[in-house]
Order: sequence, then C-alpha cells, then structure tokens
Amino acid sequence: MPTIRLDNLVKRYGNVEVLHGIELEMAENEFTVLVGPSGCGKSTTLRMIAGLEDVSDGEIYVDDRPVSHLEPKERDLAMVFQDYALYPHMNVAQNISFALRLARRPKSEINAKVKEVAEMVGLTDFLGRKPGALSGGQRQRVAMARALAKDSGIFLFDEPLSNLDAKLRGQMRAELALMSQRVQKNMIYVTHDQIEAMTLADRIVVMHGGYIQQQGTPEELFKRPVNKFVAGFMGMPPMNFLDGTLEERAGDIWVAGDGFDLKLSGNIATKAKAHSSREVTLGIRPSDLNYADDADPSQALTLDVQVSEYVGAQSVLLCKCGSAQVMVEVNSETPVALGQTLTFAVNQRGVHLFDRATEIAL
Amino acid sequence: MRTAMANRLTPYMFMAPAAIIMAIALMYPLGYMVWGSFRDWNPSQTIGEAEFVGLKNYIFLWNDPNFHESLGVTLRFAFFVVTIEMVIGVGLALLLDREIRGISLLRTMFILPMMIAPVVVGLMWRYMYHPTVGTFNRFLDSIGLPRVDWLGDHALTSVIIADIWQWTPFIFILSLAALQSLPRSALEAARIDGATAWQQIIHIKLPLMMPVLIVTALLRLIDAFKVLEVILVMTEGGPGLSTEILALRISRTATEFRELGVAAAMSNYLLILLLLLTVGMFAFNRWQEARAARLNALVEEES
Repeated sequence: MPTIRLDNLVKRYGNVEVLHGIELEMAENEFTVLVGPSGCGKSTTLRMIAGLEDVSDGEIYVDDRPVSHLEPKERDLAMVFQDYALYPHMNVAQNISFALRLARRPKSEINAKVKEVAEMVGLTDFLGRKPGALSGGQRQRVAMARALAKDSGIFLFDEPLSNLDAKLRGQMRAELALMSQRVQKNMIYVTHDQIEAMTLADRIVVMHGGYIQQQGTPEELFKRPVNKFVAGFMGMPPMNFLDGTLEERAGDIWVAGDGFDLKLSGNIATKAKAHSSREVTLGIRPSDLNYADDADPSQALTLDVQVSEYVGAQSVLLCKCGSAQVMVEVNSETPVALGQTLTFAVNQRGVHLFDRATEIAL
Repeated sequence: MRTAMANRLTPYMFMAPAAIIMAIALMYPLGYMVWGSFRDWNPSQTIGEAEFVGLKNYIFLWNDPNFHESLGVTLRFAFFVVTIEMVIGVGLALLLDREIRGISLLRTMFILPMMIAPVVVGLMWRYMYHPTVGTFNRFLDSIGLPRVDWLGDHALTSVIIADIWQWTPFIFILSLAALQSLPRSALEAARIDGATAWQQIIHIKLPLMMPVLIVTALLRLIDAFKVLEVILVMTEGGPGLSTEILALRISRTATEFRELGVAAAMSNYLLILLLLLTVGMFAFNRWQEARAARLNALVEEES
C-alpha cells in the first residue's frame, strides 16, 4: 500500500496561514495518528490529503506521484468522518456499495463485497435499514464498512469516535485496532484524544499552532517529549510543571523553586549542567511521584494534599507545592487525609527539564 | 376538584377570543358563500330575498362549456408554470450554491421580481408585450425577425412567461435554503466515493431536497390556481376565453353577469380543488413525520 509524503505543506485562508510547512512521511501499512488540540491544523492536514481542501503551497506525494491537483476520487483513498457522513436516503447496503455502483462494477461483485464488509463490522442483519434507524455505534460501523468496501490503499479517519459515548468509544477503539491489523492499509487518523492516539498509533504526530511539534512512537513521545507542549499534551493526568532555577552546590546540580528543592542525578543532571540558561521548568508526571514518608528530602517533594479524586484502583491527589498545583497518582489504598502535608519521592528517571524561555526539553 | 376543572379549562379560556374572531372573520364569510351558492342571487337582492334553488348552480356549472374552458385554462396554466418554475428555480439554486464573489448581491437580485406588486408586474409585461411599441417586438424588428402577437395568438404562453418571471425566485430561495442545509460531510463523502458533480446532484442533493421540493411545488400549485391580478391587467382573460383563469371568471360572473349564486358555486369548486391539494400536502407531511417516528421507535426499542 502506498507511501505518503507531505512536502512543505502550507494552508492559507486569505491572509491567515494556518499550516506552516508540514513535512511528514508515512510509510506503507503504517497507522499514523495526528493529534493536537482543536485548531492545531490536524484536520486541515487530513482534508488536504483527502483533496477536500486546496493546497496553498507545497505538495502531497503518494508513492512519489504529486496528487495535490487531483480530485478526491482520483487519489485512491477512503475516509471516515466525525459525523459519519452517511447518505440518509440510502439503506446500509446502498451506503456501503455507493462507490462501487458509481464505478459500475458488476452486480455480483458488489453484492459479494457488501456481504464481506458487512460481516467484518457486524452489520449483516441491518443491511436493509436506513441510517436514521441505526444507533450511533451502528452508524459508525456503516461508515467504516463503506470505507472498507472501496479497497483503497489509504484510509483517512477524521475524529471518527468523538461523537460516541465513552463506553462505546472504548469498544470501537479496540475494534479499530483489530481492524487495522487485519487490513493492510496506510491509515491516517486525526483525533484530539491522546488516549486514542496512544492506543492506536504506530506513530504519533503531535501538532500545535500549525506546526508539527514531535513525531514518534507512543513510547518515545511519552518518555522523551521534545518540548513542554508535547510533555503536557501526552499522558493523563497531565504532567506537572514547576518553575525553578538550576543551582550548583558542592559539585551537585539542584533545581529549586517555590516550595521545592530537588537534587538531580543521572542523565538529567548531566544535561542540566551543560545547559546555558538557569531558568527552567521542572516537569514530573503524576505517576512518577510515590508516597514515601521516609524519602530522602533531596529526592522528594513535600506537598499539601487538598483534594482526592477517587477513580477506582487509583486516586489522583490535587496538592499544593508552594503556590503551584501538583497532581499525584497514588494507589487508592494509600491512607491519605485531606489537609495533610506529605512527602513524595521523585522518580529521577521521570524528571524532565525544559528551558523556561524556549520551552524546549534539555 | 373544582380547581382541577378550572385548570383544565384555562387554556380554552385563553384561546376563546382568538377562536371567536376566527369564527366571525373566517367561518362567517365562508358560510355566507356556501349558503349563497344554493340561491339564484342577484346583487340587487339581499341574500334573504334570493330564491333557493338547491344544487342548480353546481349542476349548471358542471355542464357549462365556458366553465370547462376556464377550468382547463387554469389547469394548463398551473401545470406549466409550476413545472417550468421548479426546473428553473431548482436549477438556479444548484448553480448558485457556491462561494463566489458577489454571490449575495446576485441572490438578492434574483429575488427582486417576487417583491414587485402583481399589478405592477402585469402592467410592465403588458407594455413589454405591446404589439408595436413593446420591448420584445422592437427587439425582434431590430434583428430582422417577424413580430410575434404576444397577447393575441400566444396569450396563454405570454402570461405563463410573466408568471415564471415573477415566481421562479420563490422556488429558487426555498431550494437554495434546502441545499445549504444539506449535510456537507455527506457531499464530501460522495466526492471521495467518486461521484461527479452531476452524480452528486442526482444521487445525493435532489433526493435529500425532495421533501422541501414537494412542499414548495404544492404551495406554488395552490397559488397558481388563485392567480388573478397579473392576468387581469395583462389580458383581462382574452382574447376570447384563452387566458380566462377561474379566479377571473368568478370575478366576471359576479360583477358583469351579476350571478352571485353561480360565482359562489364556482368559488366552492375552486375551494374544493385547493382543499384537496392542501389535504394532500398535510397528508404528505404526516406521512413523513410518522415514518420518522417509526424509525426512532425502532432505534429506541433496540438500545
């Protein structure tokens, strides 16, 4: 299935530039997820690949063939829309077979294909229904089946799960993951939900403000975010950020700020020593703080627990560190009373430092 | 107990004034007309003095070739104007449903004819159709073609053209509104599925617009049966009976022939025709709502 390459892709609406030269390569059979907050340009990028938006500058290559001047139908792609975009006046079978009927394929082939994809997504009993008589999850399946029936090399998804309720979304996410393993296609998936991105992607592309911030495997993005935006966007609950100053004391490097004083060690200490600026932001994920009364004070944060959010096996504690808020993920069994001041050991491998001016990781 | 009763009656008490005014302003004249249609009634008589003749006026009309002619003209007029207006109106809407510079000005201009008073429209077209000094014949002269006897030999065609000019915008704006409320993403999906612009119209746009188009056509049809002023000003029904639509014949029967009973009976025939159309329209709406309700019930049953 084809490779896709975006070469310096630019989109302007009038004088406003919303995409500033996107460079991206998507290998064969790769599940790429474009993720970012709303307005970051991810949907625009997808719609430009689909041919639904004009390209202002740059070029899109599919297997090294420029396609930006082609109509959507000439680009060998299928797309699943956020609102499903079913044809309300056609029944499920007609919806699924629309592209094939337009292409004037033989009837027997169309019937076989409809049967095949309907079985794949579990719609066999609903082929005679109109979309109006289907539930949200079923409509989503019809949209998926319609895309599958086309047998295109490229599969585009524009926030396909965001109109479903939470439980159904989880279920459909799992089905999507299963489907992407079965059908070997080049899939590009747009979402604002970082959990969808983490669970589905071979590769995540984080976008913000019309720029690509970082791309890589889910693990790379989670463990080694290149800047403060990516660090804060990936992971739930989000990473804690504390402004601080780097200080050298007796050969060791410390980061100190309002309500904390932390000795750095290992890899991050080396990076901090080499860094030119002293003004930094300390980033620690809620899961990298562990409740430990006897922790070494130079390796720990002392926090005032204010609110405890019980979410089952885990609880999220909202705490104060000086004037800043810090979230901590703890086992629900941990005996915590509100208003207590507790010590949490910091996992040194989970310490991130960002230059405060540029917000780039050290 | 008493309060419960009073509570139940309250809405009807609030509605009563409106209901009484409706009865006086609408039902009384209507009843007067129906009552009058059973009488041999001259304008110089009060309705009480007129002789009761039963269904005589209706039977007379049923066999009256002039009434048949007039009904035929009305039906032909209505059929042609509605068909042609629908084709042009929907066509224009499909063409202008896009973002190009100055489109809003263009849309406003298209709607202008609808805003002009019918009498003015009639006068305007009468002068344009004038055999010697009219715009059309002067134009034909200037390019060396023979003149056309617009309001003579081709009178019905000419009034049909004038009506199309005036009322196509009505269908145009309703179709445009219907088009713009279509789900954008379904049209985008159709583009990705490989539909050409023409196939999008045939397979997606027109089927989805159909409910609006049917109601629009019925509204226009009802209106076309009642048209009077434009034709009155342009041809006064002539030449002969060639453009004498029903509304005009009713008016002439009452004023020139002084046959109020016959005119009332004719009005009732027209009313019955329009009622059938209106009932048809309501039935269509009800059928659609019932279908939607059935679908919803089906979905809820499953979930």
